[in-house]
Amino acid sequence: MANVLVVAELSEDGKLKKSTLSAIAFARQALPTVGGTLAIVVLGASTATATAELASYGAAKIIAVEDPSLAQYTAEHYAPSVAAAAQGVSLVVATATSFGKDLLPRVAARLDAAYAGDCSGVSAEGGKLVYKRPMFAGNASGFCTLDTPVQVATVRQSEFTPAEPSGGSSPVEKVAKAAVGAAAARVQFVGLEAVKSARPELTEAKVVVSGGRALKEKFFEVMEPLADAVGAAIGASRAAVDAGYAPGDFQVGQTGKIVAPQLYVAVGISGAIQHIAGMKSSKVIVAINKDPEAPIFQIADYGLVADLFQAVPALTAELKKRHG
Amino acid sequence: MKVLVALKRVADPDNANKVKIAAGGAAVDTTGLEWKPNPFDEYALEAALRLTENGKAPKQRLGEVVVVTLGPKEVEQTLRAALATGADRAIRVDVTDDQLDGRLVAKALQAIVAAEKPDVVLMGKQAVDGDSNQVGQRLAELLDWPMATFAATIKEEDGALLVGREVDGGVLTLRVKLPALVTVDLRIVAPHSVFSKVTEAGFKYNDGVRFAPLPAIMAAKKKPLDVKTLAELVPGAALTTRYLKFERPAQRAAGVKVKDVSELVEKLANVAKVI
Repeated sequence: MANVLVVAELSEDGKLKKSTLSAIAFARQALPTVGGTLAIVVLGASTATATAELASYGAAKIIAVEDPSLAQYTAEHYAPSVAAAAQGVSLVVATATSFGKDLLPRVAARLDAAYAGDCSGVSAEGGKLVYKRPMFAGNASGFCTLDTPVQVATVRQSEFTPAEPSGGSSPVEKVAKAAVGAAAARVQFVGLEAVKSARPELTEAKVVVSGGRALKEKFFEVMEPLADAVGAAIGASRAAVDAGYAPGDFQVGQTGKIVAPQLYVAVGISGAIQHIAGMKSSKVIVAINKDPEAPIFQIADYGLVADLFQAVPALTAELKKRHG
Repeated sequence: MKVLVALKRVADPDNANKVKIAAGGAAVDTTGLEWKPNPFDEYALEAALRLTENGKAPKQRLGEVVVVTLGPKEVEQTLRAALATGADRAIRVDVTDDQLDGRLVAKALQAIVAAEKPDVVLMGKQAVDGDSNQVGQRLAELLDWPMATFAATIKEEDGALLVGREVDGGVLTLRVKLPALVTVDLRIVAPHSVFSKVTEAGFKYNDGVRFAPLPAIMAAKKKPLDVKTLAELVPGAALTTRYLKFERPAQRAAGVKVKDVSELVEKLANVAKVI
């Protein structure tokens, strides 16, 4: 075993996504076991900004794959180049964002490699990497080894503190895009309906306020002022998303976004298993619900049994006072 | 259009907090939990049915829906339930759960696809027991097919599917030419999420998956169900993912109840120090 490859994720404008730094943190933990060096592969229509941002994270090299066909991410165009960059590499890692979760299993199949998805930890046993994975909606942690020459993993962002720069300046190696398969000609990017928001990203916010189905059509009317009072990101339970009160990319839970902010405020959320799986690593959890028996109170540090339509505006006003 | 739907049964996900870890951590023990179809796979089946009908006449299938699963004899119950809701045929790959990992499942499905030649393969974005989220992507790569994962909407076009995908920043739309693979997210069963070429614009489905009426459950017992072995589909199949142990994650203890908003803010500011 030797060498680790991290796959960087870029934003639409070619900047490095901060989520990548969690994959680098994972790679640094795995490197003593794997041996060799760290490389980072960056793909896009233009990679200069991101490679500059990545230069001081201790990579032996940054592989830059630039091609107009990589301007918009599609797995069919990206996977062959990532697999090519994995030559001589024993571990390929990305963060488990919608990008990483889409791309890395495809890369793994291309390399006939076993895959550990959404890892919350990594350790070593007898010279082998042991991947820790949340399963059963976070009700069990599995510890697995992968027995293929190349191993592929994605990393749960909330469990890995973003890597800090370690200095130095990694050399950039420009590489041509690898030949793609027939699949690439049969996929076409049509558009991204992005949710524009001045609020922090859900997965990176220090404070997250989430609303449940109880908010009904007043979801935004109640939640936005609360979020703005503390500079929070807004999340939602699956029930609220299912009912159409909140957009899909707000969903916090086992199959939505996994968050671990300093403060998580659950408003009108009963606390279904699938929801708790997505937020139970938060440092402090507050629950506001009128049902004193709601399961959310079993994991909340502070519970307030109250009608949310009165409690939340009152809380918003108090917080505004404190934050001036 | 011919659609192949891959299904998995899982231990009742609504009671996932009742899974136990066997002594020594050797296995996850789901004794006492009912088997249920993986919810995302149920949504995939619903999407497949919607893609092969006009909406108004759900009994009239305009295409073929084949369901496949891997597992011991008892998983045929899951397949029969799928046949009852409208699928035409079923295939079971005979194998026990401990002989499978995501890599092998994708390889077995690759062999099934080679034999069945569907236009579309549909499955859930992940099974909610292992929460691995890899089989669809792997299968698409093995087939060298285009894929659209985490689908919230599917619209059939001539020789292609227009798929709206749930991604971190919103909804991303891809057009994939057939044959193609799609993994579905939860909103795929919303009333306006799936349109075949013959569904009237504006047609509104019931929210969620359809249920089988009793006569259909009886009729499903006579629908064809083929059994194959893993060995014939994937010669020399060997596991490459091995679970050494399982642990129960640290549990959060319940905290305190506060009497009003003022006390809550006081605690957050002075005890938790997070505001």
